[in-house]
Amino acid sequence: MNIIICIKQVPDTADVKINPETNTLVREGVQSIINPFDMYAIEEGLRLKEQFNGKATVVTMGPPQAESALREAISMGIDEAVLICDRAFAGSDTLATSYTLAAAIKKLGDFSIILCGKQASDGDTAQVGPGISTHLDIPQVTYVKKIESIKNGVAVVERMTEEGYDVVETPLPCLLTVVKEINEPRTPSLKGKMRAKSAKIQLLSAQMLDCEAARLGLKGSPTQVVKIFSPERRKGGEICQGPVEESVEKIAAVIKSLIP
Amino acid sequence: MSLIINKEQCVGCTLCVKVCPFGALYMENKKAVVRPEQCTLCGACVEACKFDAISIKRDKTVQADTQARGVWVFCEQKRGVVQSVSYELLGKGRELADKLGCELCGALIGHGIESKSRDIIQRGADTVYVVDHPQLKHYVDDAYTAILVRLIKKYKPEIVLCGATSIGRSLISRVAVKIHTGLTADCTGLDIDPHKKILLQTRPAFGGNIMATIITPNHRPQMATIRHKVMKEAAQDPSRQGKIVKESFEDNVYVSRTKILDIIEDVSATVNIAEADIIVSGGRGMKGPENFKIIEELAEVLNGAVGASRAAVDSGWIPYSHQVGQTGKTVCPSIYIACGISGQIQHLVGMQSSKTIIAINNDPAAPIFQIASYGIVGDLFEVVPLLTKTLREKLKK
Repeated sequence: MNIIICIKQVPDTADVKINPETNTLVREGVQSIINPFDMYAIEEGLRLKEQFNGKATVVTMGPPQAESALREAISMGIDEAVLICDRAFAGSDTLATSYTLAAAIKKLGDFSIILCGKQASDGDTAQVGPGISTHLDIPQVTYVKKIESIKNGVAVVERMTEEGYDVVETPLPCLLTVVKEINEPRTPSLKGKMRAKSAKIQLLSAQMLDCEAARLGLKGSPTQVVKIFSPERRKGGEICQGPVEESVEKIAAVIKSLIP
Repeated sequence: MSLIINKEQCVGCTLCVKVCPFGALYMENKKAVVRPEQCTLCGACVEACKFDAISIKRDKTVQADTQARGVWVFCEQKRGVVQSVSYELLGKGRELADKLGCELCGALIGHGIESKSRDIIQRGADTVYVVDHPQLKHYVDDAYTAILVRLIKKYKPEIVLCGATSIGRSLISRVAVKIHTGLTADCTGLDIDPHKKILLQTRPAFGGNIMATIITPNHRPQMATIRHKVMKEAAQDPSRQGKIVKESFEDNVYVSRTKILDIIEDVSATVNIAEADIIVSGGRGMKGPENFKIIEELAEVLNGAVGASRAAVDSGWIPYSHQVGQTGKTVCPSIYIACGISGQIQHLVGMQSSKTIIAINNDPAAPIFQIASYGIVGDLFEVVPLLTKTLREKLKK
């Protein structure tokens, strides 16, 4: 069983701060991490690989420095890593990104399952996973919290909904996006870390993919960012530090006034 | 398309490097240089440069389909009930349609739902397109995608809006790819550019640390998902008249590769934090699972739901479905009461758009107080039960 896991390197939100003078993001010293949701996809991929004696491949599209995210995945036990990297991909929105990732996955050959995190923590769009499955014309199940079974080319999974969950059956190959509840990602082993250092990363450039140049990068991106600004910062309000009875009385009155 | 830096005009002031949200600019020999692989052409540096040294060269692209007319709302239904997010979108959609001088239309897909078309008209739609078929009773990716794509191709709306729900996000991402158009996720603001008559889509990025306004200038329809509880629900007007158009397709359109085997609804109202108007949340300060009882009691008095921080969920005190924040749910209630939650950024990004935030924490230096509308510094085990008792009296429960 070939398992493909799509990951993204993102800035660690815990580090992202606003410079109060310029009202812009402070990027110096911001750590890059694997998108937290993708960690669950990696872990699930590893579990499937172990269960079915398969092969797990991580794929990312990004700048050369995204290689470190791939090496981290290898240290967890991933077999192979692919970096899709080319200046032609710069400025891709979710349409161009999913097109490029789908083209790269086609290049990698047959697969049974593609796993993605439910969304990335920097863009929060949740659009790339469904985009890939559409470009590849395979079925998808989003927000998967459990893979119940995989047999005879059919997977039964639980999809999280607002009210609970649906049990969904899908033929393979398919694409699943996963939520945190699905598992607890392992920490890399020492052996894994050693292997990650020397592992070969496969590089894919635009020329190596079977794709139309007009659908890549900025050119292939229908959406354009026209303005970026700081949100109105919430200001701290009234903090009661006096005797508890007084504070509670006051806050209870506030709450009552807010309830229609 | 590329960012052009005029080296002669650049004085090396580094202002552009500081404002770039993507870290795409750096200084070399006291002149600004762009890393094209990181630049998204957002224009923040162009605006910031006081010396007109930066410009954006845009390629000539295909023109948008000027025939496209009308604002569409995908009206999500579950178990035959039109979801409230759809009414919120109809409210906003009406406003956009009026600015453009065009029709507002609803797209309703399901089974046994035709009678609901009236509700959608009463909430502001001029026309409702209904597709009713037994195989559409519950949401399935393939069939819903195929149908919405066919409707859009037939009627060519200029704008399509959809709730950023688990169904909406799964469906509309596929539709946008099939139609080959732009899609902006999780918008919190929508408007029409008065000159270009295009949709201005504003959304938070980087966990809410910056806001971005996005356009889809050359593709139609312009598509966006919108967060639940951000827009105001359209008022119901029982006298409002509109047109109902029934559509049907050949049999294979209704076929899906995935199949729903079971639908489990184990999320009670006190858990459904995405829908709740009032949320009472507990964090690390709760100290243990047994103490969540006082949170539940306060939530009950307020008819609210129970939320939790990641710390409480990861400690196993309360199930994941309650988690608010980056790896949990994003919520936007009118009142959010945070008890024993310090206010890590990962939690704040999930709740900072709540209308009123009330924090209860024994540490006056906790970051939660920096964003709280009201706060009580005190022991939550004393404050919360007292607050419950006081509110019970005040609200006569």
